[in-house]
Amino acid sequence: MKVLVLVKQVPDTATQVKVGSDPRAIATTGITWIVSPYDEFAVEEALRIREKRGTGEVVAVSGGPERVKEALRSCLAMGADRAVHVLDPALEGADTLTTARVLAAVIQQEAPQLVLTGRQAIDDDTGAVGAQVAELLGWPCLSWIMEEAIAEDGATVRAGRQVEGALELFDLPLPCVLTAQKGLNEPRYPTLKGIMGAKKKEIKELGPGDLGVNVDGPQLELVRLEALPPRPPGRIIPGEPKEAVRELVRVLREEAKAI
Amino acid sequence: MDFALTEEQRLVRQTAREFAEGEIAPVAARFNEAGEFPWEIVRKLGELGFLGAIFPPEYGGAGLDSVSYVLLVEEIARADGSIALTVAAHNSLCSGHIYLAGTEAQRQKYLPRLARGEALGAWGITEPGSGSDASAMKTTAVEDDAGFILNGTKAFITNGSVAEIAVVMAVTDPARAAKGISAFVLERGAPGFRPGGTYQKLGLHASDTAELILDNVRVSREQLLGQLHGGFVDTLKVLDGGRISIAAMAVGLAQGALDASVTYARERHAFGQPIGHFQGIQGMLAELATEIEAARLLTLRAAYLKDQGRGIRLESSMAKLFASEVGMKVTTKAIQIHGGYGYTREFPVERHFRDVKLCEIGEGTSEIQRLIIARQILQLT
Repeated sequence: MKVLVLVKQVPDTATQVKVGSDPRAIATTGITWIVSPYDEFAVEEALRIREKRGTGEVVAVSGGPERVKEALRSCLAMGADRAVHVLDPALEGADTLTTARVLAAVIQQEAPQLVLTGRQAIDDDTGAVGAQVAELLGWPCLSWIMEEAIAEDGATVRAGRQVEGALELFDLPLPCVLTAQKGLNEPRYPTLKGIMGAKKKEIKELGPGDLGVNVDGPQLELVRLEALPPRPPGRIIPGEPKEAVRELVRVLREEAKAI
Repeated sequence: MDFALTEEQRLVRQTAREFAEGEIAPVAARFNEAGEFPWEIVRKLGELGFLGAIFPPEYGGAGLDSVSYVLLVEEIARADGSIALTVAAHNSLCSGHIYLAGTEAQRQKYLPRLARGEALGAWGITEPGSGSDASAMKTTAVEDDAGFILNGTKAFITNGSVAEIAVVMAVTDPARAAKGISAFVLERGAPGFRPGGTYQKLGLHASDTAELILDNVRVSREQLLGQLHGGFVDTLKVLDGGRISIAAMAVGLAQGALDASVTYARERHAFGQPIGHFQGIQGMLAELATEIEAARLLTLRAAYLKDQGRGIRLESSMAKLFASEVGMKVTTKAIQIHGGYGYTREFPVERHFRDVKLCEIGEGTSEIQRLIIARQILQLT
């Protein structure tokens, strides 16, 4: 079974984000780039599917500038068989529909039985691309999955997602798109041998022209980023514990309206 | 001149960092407090290939270059010195000596088990009465028809009581001083070969340090490693590589202490503002960061030269000397920045401070490093 994993390269979770000189983007100087953590769950799940079935291929796909190859190389080091890089710097600031169109075109070329991706990327947090890709392909989509099991004949998948107090289980026909929620699995660390082997694996480079996608401008236009106002300072309620607690409850009830 | 790491080197560093932050840092204090050898971490290191990092794939290794290896040791040491030392002694000393001096049969026999982490390695030259002065070595290997009989005691051996495989040096010709020393590979369980006592150390409490006792240990000629009487020459070469890893360990411990200090300087308030806003603290942080960078560059350059196949006696000694002394300075100041809290076990800096002291002693004291450097620049060798 061929499984395609859509990954996004994002700033490291520890990054102190600042608005850039172009107020529509963040300042990228000194940023460490990583594979978005939810996408790592997707990569891990794809590798487990291949290992469980004893056969198959895992292809990691991403788009963006040259540095995106590093994220793809991480996926190859984890164990993906090969990667596809849509080398187009414009994709970095593209809206989700544009991204989804490009990715859907790659999926059509590759014709996998299953597409996995994270429930959202941790930079823009739109959470839209997985569903939009499925829509463009006319495939079913299940988001935020916590578990999956592909039927032995490879025709369907049973996947579960957590909802308030329960696990919802669905059967979907393949091909389909599944998006990964935290808890789906624990991603492996690449082994040193995996890292050394990754450089021998193929990263196929596609240009925007190779996919026949007509990009007619963003449907969703980012106006600007605004820094959040600084958090107001905390407040210490003085006095004996008994009185202080009474005051705290009053403040929470009357001023903060939290209880 | 190009200071950029390759994509592969960056990936190794990133993986080691993620592993150290995710798997080592959360449990490091616990293992060190308990003085317990962290087998669960060591097992994972083996699975990831960290215990065979620098050996070619035909011996079960990952085939990393020395630069990647230095990055890996540094990242581990940032989280914990004990585990960094376990990895460094296993790779650079025990496996390193077998790879350097072993016959093809010896390499095939020992390296794959070491590289996969099925066996940990130890390496023994130091004795209770001889450290810097190796010519005072008392352990003997007496040759007879069947091979050699070894007798003696090795002291301060990293991984001594947890290792399955050990390389030990012994005197084979007392008349020739250092030129009469030979190396042997021993396996745990050989009759007469056993770990002796462990030590109550200042730091590195999750690293195993033990004596090795050799009491009429019978070894075959196949266990002689390298040329007869050639053990000391090989030992010096092994230490050239080993010292780079100790330098990397010192850089990592220093960086870990600096990271903790930066976090503390941002969060700790005094006189109504974070202490990082005071020039006294800023000056310290700036100086420490600069010195760490200098130590790191010396270390990486020694590793780079090793990868180029160049002799690195001078460079590895310089890196180890400088990095270990920078490590001592950085961790001392890191405690100072933390004030009273820095003196407690609530923060990691006192542990890094105790751990890094070893880097000024192990694999050649700072005094020996100065001697090596001086002899090189005066061309006295």
